[in-house]
Amino acid sequence: MRQPVGHYPGLRLWTALFFFFLYAPMVVLVAYSFNVNKLAMIWGGFSTRWYVKLFTTGGIGEAAMNSLLVAVIATCFAVAIAIAAALVLVREAGFRGAGLSNALISMPLIVPEIVTAVATLMFFVMLKNWIGFDLGLGNIIIAHCVFCIPFAFMPIRARLQDMDLALEQAARDLYADAWKAFRFVTLPLLMPGVVAGAMLAFVISLDDFIITQMISGPGTTTLPVYIYSMIRNGITPEVNAASTILIAVSTALVTVYWYVSRPKKT
Amino acid sequence: MAAGQSAVEARGISKVFPGGVKALDDVSVTIRENEFFTLLGPSGCGKTTLLRLIAGFEFPSAGEILLHGLDIAHLPPDRRPVNTVFQHYALFPHMTVAENVGFGLRMQGRPKGEIDRAVDQALALVKMADYGARRPSQLSGGQQQRVAFARAIAPRPQVLLLDEPLSALDLKLRQAMRGELKTLQRETGITFIFVTHDQEEALTMSDRIAVMSAGKIQQIGAPLDIYESPVNHFVADFIGDSNFIEGAIDTIKGDAAVVKTPDGIAIAARMNGPHKAGDRIAVALRPEKILLGAGKLKGEVREAVYLGTSTSYVIALGRAVTLSVREANDLSGKARFAVGDTVKLDIPAGAARMLAD
Ligand SMILES: Nc1ncnc2c1ncn2[C@@H]1O[C@H](COP(=O)(O)OP(=O)(O)O)[C@@H](O)[C@H]1O
Ligand SMILES: [Mg+2]
Repeated sequence: MRQPVGHYPGLRLWTALFFFFLYAPMVVLVAYSFNVNKLAMIWGGFSTRWYVKLFTTGGIGEAAMNSLLVAVIATCFAVAIAIAAALVLVREAGFRGAGLSNALISMPLIVPEIVTAVATLMFFVMLKNWIGFDLGLGNIIIAHCVFCIPFAFMPIRARLQDMDLALEQAARDLYADAWKAFRFVTLPLLMPGVVAGAMLAFVISLDDFIITQMISGPGTTTLPVYIYSMIRNGITPEVNAASTILIAVSTALVTVYWYVSRPKKT
Repeated sequence: MAAGQSAVEARGISKVFPGGVKALDDVSVTIRENEFFTLLGPSGCGKTTLLRLIAGFEFPSAGEILLHGLDIAHLPPDRRPVNTVFQHYALFPHMTVAENVGFGLRMQGRPKGEIDRAVDQALALVKMADYGARRPSQLSGGQQQRVAFARAIAPRPQVLLLDEPLSALDLKLRQAMRGELKTLQRETGITFIFVTHDQEEALTMSDRIAVMSAGKIQQIGAPLDIYESPVNHFVADFIGDSNFIEGAIDTIKGDAAVVKTPDGIAIAARMNGPHKAGDRIAVALRPEKILLGAGKLKGEVREAVYLGTSTSYVIALGRAVTLSVREANDLSGKARFAVGDTVKLDIPAGAARMLAD
């Protein structure tokens, strides 16, 4: 048999298997969200009645609004902090502690989320007991902002590392002070990284369950937490519908992220 | 030509980078107003560092930099009336050519009408008037170079810094741009400080050249002085080709001396510095200054290499001295001598130059 160099027999099958396990459950879930039947596992025909029911019964609307609010605000703060951190860590790489800071900023990606969740819960409980600090949804926003930073940081740092320092020097040379050089040269050139980072942070915030579940209470339920609470009454078609909506939103954002961050031909 | 006024004056500048690299070592140089001044030296000798200190991208470890008499060494780049043409142009990719050229004036807060006029003028000066709406990525290397130049002169800086601006262009374009840059300098009347490692570029464009090596200035002078009267071994070797001959001073008569090599070859040389008879000394001798076919010295042709307009010979004088000699070819284009020939040669008085080291 003649095979090109670099062909390894059997790998295609493994890859196919991987894709099957990854996407089959989601396909089933999406399909059943359009099922007429109340019994989740028996196909009775196409219908959008569960979506209608989802939006007419209370709770989900509020949860969706909370999710959106948390994601938008957390993303804004996370991106702003990530830009500042990237500027310091990339542009002033000479300063003491740059290596340590780089490691610390990506730590949240490695620490098991349940640990972060418990720690965050303890942190807020302590704050409440000691100084009566409790912002309700604000607590969730703070927590989300924190774990979104590394996700916003990575594409921004990558973009900044690729950027020629001579461009900023040219701006300073042409009478722009530090702030104007950032405003007119650095930031516009950083924008693809910023948009990509914002998309990632937004999706991560929107989809977070473990940490949010720990610190959310009545009135501060987000969409994933709400879906989980619905499951306690069994996997109903409404759960499938709500999950499908989450998948759709996430996919849309990741598509935008991919589109923005792909290398451009110039 | 150079008026007496100093535009930039570096006094005792040293620059030590974190990590201990001493890029500049006690450099002092005065650059005159309206001058085309070149920093010439091999890669790594500190040319770019000196330029960046004048631009304000780095700050000196010691010494001061005066711009028209005022110390600017610790001002940020945006507070210095000095602009830079970067080696790789550093055009802003997200702006049009016109926006690039107008950037400096815009940052200075000039009114829009004035900016537009200055942009048109600067683009016309570099023959890019029709390209204002393009993006830098839509231009060729030579065109980007012109835009970078227009952007740097549009705010009318007192001094223009150019860091090997032609090095990214191909040979023909580079040679054409030399003349253009020189013309632009004359027309704008701006003081140019030009960095290059290309001696031909330096010799053809400059009013004065500072030859640098290992963080120090070796010699400052007009191209003719640098070429004809190199002060030391490094300059004689780096600029053009030189024969180096070692010997001792035999006799001194005013400005003229005779240097004798250990095996008795006598060479007339110009005095340079306070030497007395008997001093050991090295002289530099340009290959094209040695005359073949007549004279008191005699040698044997070891190599003859045809170079088109000239022929390059290696000629052995006795056992210890070999000279490289270049002679223009005659009308027939043929070399006059072949390998193995014995030739007479003459070193005219003033052709050889004593070196300081
Ligand atoms: N930012 C820097 N940090 C450390 N060393 C540097 C830095 N910039 C230049 N150098 C060193 O200083 C010396 C002079 O560099 P440079 O001025 O760029 O030389 P040139 O332009 O003549 O080639 C070199 O040895 C170079 O490695
Ligand atoms: Mg250099």
